[in-house]
Amino acid sequence: MNDLISQVQSLLENKTIDIFIGYEKGTRKPRPAFVSKAEEAGKLIFNENCSGNLAVYLTRKDLVEGKKVGIAASYYTLKNIILLFDENQLKEDHLRIITLSEKGEIQLLQSLEEIKQRLKEMSAPAKADEEEWVRKIDAMTVSERWAFWTEELSRCFKCYACRAACPMCYCTKCIVEINRPQWIQPWASVFSNMDWQINRVMHMAGRCSDCGACGAACPVGIPIHLLSHKMAEAVKENFGEPDEKGNVLSTFKPDDKENFIV
Amino acid sequence: MKRKYISRHSLMNCLKKVQTDGISLYAPVTRGEQTDFRFITSVDDLSFDSVQTVRSAKAVAFPCSEKLFSYTKEKNDVQLQDYNPDVLPEVLVFGLHPCDAVGFGPLGSIFNWDTQDKPYNERRKRLTLISLACTRADEYCFCTSVGGGPGNTEGSDIQLTPIQEDGYLAEIITDKGNEWYEKYSSFFEEAAEDIRKENYLVEIPVKFNIEEVERKMTELFESDIWQLQSERCIGCGACAFVCPTCACFDIQEDAHGNTGNRIRCWDSCGFALFTLHTSGDNPRSTQSQRWRQRLMHKFSYMPERLTVVGCTGCGRCSRACPVDMNLSDNLKMFNYE
Amino acid sequence: MNNNIYLPYLMIIEKIVEEAPGVKTFRLKFKDEEEAKEFKFKAGQFGEYSAFGEGECTFCIASPPTREGYIECTFREAGKVTSTLAAMEEGETMGFRGPFGNTFPMDEWKGKNLLFIAGGIALPPLRCVIWNALDMRDHFKNIQILYGAKSVADLVYKRELKEWEERPDVQLTVTVDPGGETPDWKGEIGFVPSILEKLGPSAENTIAIVCGPPVMIKFSFPVLDKLGFKSENIYTTLENRMKCGVGKCGRCNVGKMYVCKDGPVFSRALLETLPAEY
Repeated sequence: MNDLISQVQSLLENKTIDIFIGYEKGTRKPRPAFVSKAEEAGKLIFNENCSGNLAVYLTRKDLVEGKKVGIAASYYTLKNIILLFDENQLKEDHLRIITLSEKGEIQLLQSLEEIKQRLKEMSAPAKADEEEWVRKIDAMTVSERWAFWTEELSRCFKCYACRAACPMCYCTKCIVEINRPQWIQPWASVFSNMDWQINRVMHMAGRCSDCGACGAACPVGIPIHLLSHKMAEAVKENFGEPDEKGNVLSTFKPDDKENFIV
Repeated sequence: MKRKYISRHSLMNCLKKVQTDGISLYAPVTRGEQTDFRFITSVDDLSFDSVQTVRSAKAVAFPCSEKLFSYTKEKNDVQLQDYNPDVLPEVLVFGLHPCDAVGFGPLGSIFNWDTQDKPYNERRKRLTLISLACTRADEYCFCTSVGGGPGNTEGSDIQLTPIQEDGYLAEIITDKGNEWYEKYSSFFEEAAEDIRKENYLVEIPVKFNIEEVERKMTELFESDIWQLQSERCIGCGACAFVCPTCACFDIQEDAHGNTGNRIRCWDSCGFALFTLHTSGDNPRSTQSQRWRQRLMHKFSYMPERLTVVGCTGCGRCSRACPVDMNLSDNLKMFNYE
Repeated sequence: MNNNIYLPYLMIIEKIVEEAPGVKTFRLKFKDEEEAKEFKFKAGQFGEYSAFGEGECTFCIASPPTREGYIECTFREAGKVTSTLAAMEEGETMGFRGPFGNTFPMDEWKGKNLLFIAGGIALPPLRCVIWNALDMRDHFKNIQILYGAKSVADLVYKRELKEWEERPDVQLTVTVDPGGETPDWKGEIGFVPSILEKLGPSAENTIAIVCGPPVMIKFSFPVLDKLGFKSENIYTTLENRMKCGVGKCGRCNVGKMYVCKDGPVFSRALLETLPAEY
């Protein structure tokens, strides 16, 4: 950990960055922490338990606007950083990324190219629970699936933790906050909860890093990350891997499939 | 206060009888890793072992969304159909912990200071609360720091304390509790004189001095402590929605052609749009202002206006927070010399 | 316990006046005569106005309590509910909950001079007090009104401005922002605070009632300071977002105050004790 602390200290001291977004010891697991002064860096930690996706803070204007930012990035955070770059939400020369090697060593990434290279070398962390869930849901009939999601989403009380925890949910005005017309009922009910989740996941099509932050944030334990996961699978199957031209909803190719249009 | 004994076996039979008497049962149920309050059909679904349910029991008196009245439009005229309390069920809230039972105090204060809130009161008066004193706690619990405790009887009509594997000490606390007891007395036995309830309760350390916190918080209103504490807050409503005393709400229209309902639904002072004016002006435009509002409301404004602290120390907000905004840790920061 | 505080009165739109682009005044009569008889309010209070099917929004009662049998509200078309209201016609039914909130302490003001300073769409809350004061004219000394809007077209209550102008017992000054004047404009040109400074009203035995956009209030207060007005002799109304109107929904909570219960009328002295969250 000393390696991380000294690295962050020197980045702050030589003014390469103004703020570092990392992790500190939390109640049960590491939690987000922000360091702007070298002498505060001692509280930072970075290990395999640091799973929360810190990329969510990269679009928080009150925190990072006009600042050069360092960030502790896990696999999915790196993926989100690339996605945010693709959507012009980040500036390359304003970001320094600290990531962990397989051996747990601290590595500094200085450019978009280095992030992409590093991501290619890394493998996605195993998500055994999620695979189990996906197998169960895939095995369901359509009506069983409907019953499953109806039951799950009946618990949603629209706290929007899923939206708040998602690095890609950076809209300043969300569809649920638009009331002319009122696309989605603002109160919780099974169908309006579904409306919300369907809209959220549609909006994530081709933009989701599949990090699972939405599901992890849900206080009532609805596995909504499975929806985004299945959307990511569907997009990949039908439209291929994402490329630099943009995500599937914002680009058009003449040979795009249209068989889903009713 | 009467003290009785009830065995686990009799308790289950008693609850079955309650259900056959047409009273709804709202109680903790475990599913997967989470335990939460639900209306249950079978007492076998009951969970006795959780430290804490995900949500508080408040939804039973203040639902997440609720109809306030209905309207029908006809040409230029409108007919109103008032809130109808006759359809509301009698509910036994069973197995809530003392921090939840006591939460109906501050909740009731908000809904009844100055003017009476009919929808809340109609639901509340149909509730009987049988709480379960705490024999387990976790690091998030801090009821003893806000005037409560694992065996606090305030707010409960009856409180059960597990005194052995298969039996409970039953304290009959309120008149309502007594009526309930009289009705179901055949399930109870006499309690031994020498049962000392406190021997069975979990110990919950006091984390801060509440008066000191309230005083410092007011003094530090303009300090940067709020900014520091709230930096990682992502502005969702999880803390408010699981809280037993948070009562902020929105009023919305559920329109279907010429008929519709006016709905009240949960809202949170932590949401960026909560105070946004139509003009675009927002009096609490930053998350630190909103975090300060949440804490000041609970620990300063409510004590001053309603003579009750807006927190029962249940720790739910901290357990539910996606980014570990641990409330008692943050409150401790105000309790320094 | 039997009264549902969320259930509105049904009101018939008796008369609609177009005041300015996007700004209308509705005169509302109670559908139920019993309700009309029982209804009482005082200057400064507000209500929640319903367009059934869209929801509620908050405006002050713009007519004075001295004119019985109806209430009036003036609003600008801005959001979902106000747009629906604006499309309604005379004879249609809408909802009203109220009166809510505190009142201007008009009894305490008896025997004093009243100085009204208003900007734009914030004249309605003062119009209620102005007419209330004029309907009991003997109780007050000088009544001076300074009203400003962005442009001549944006001035509301044009007929009443004329009436006030013609009254010998009212000193009215109307101003429009530079560039907002028309070729035949005879009033002042300039922002309210600078016109206020130019008028230089005496603070002696005078209550100043200031309503307007935040920026107008911000720059008018220092002028009043310079003129010698004490904080406790300056009043304004707060316009925080509200839903319930009865101190429960939490939206308008500023410090330990609820604007809907402890306001909307605040003396500047009281405002200074509150956090600047309004």
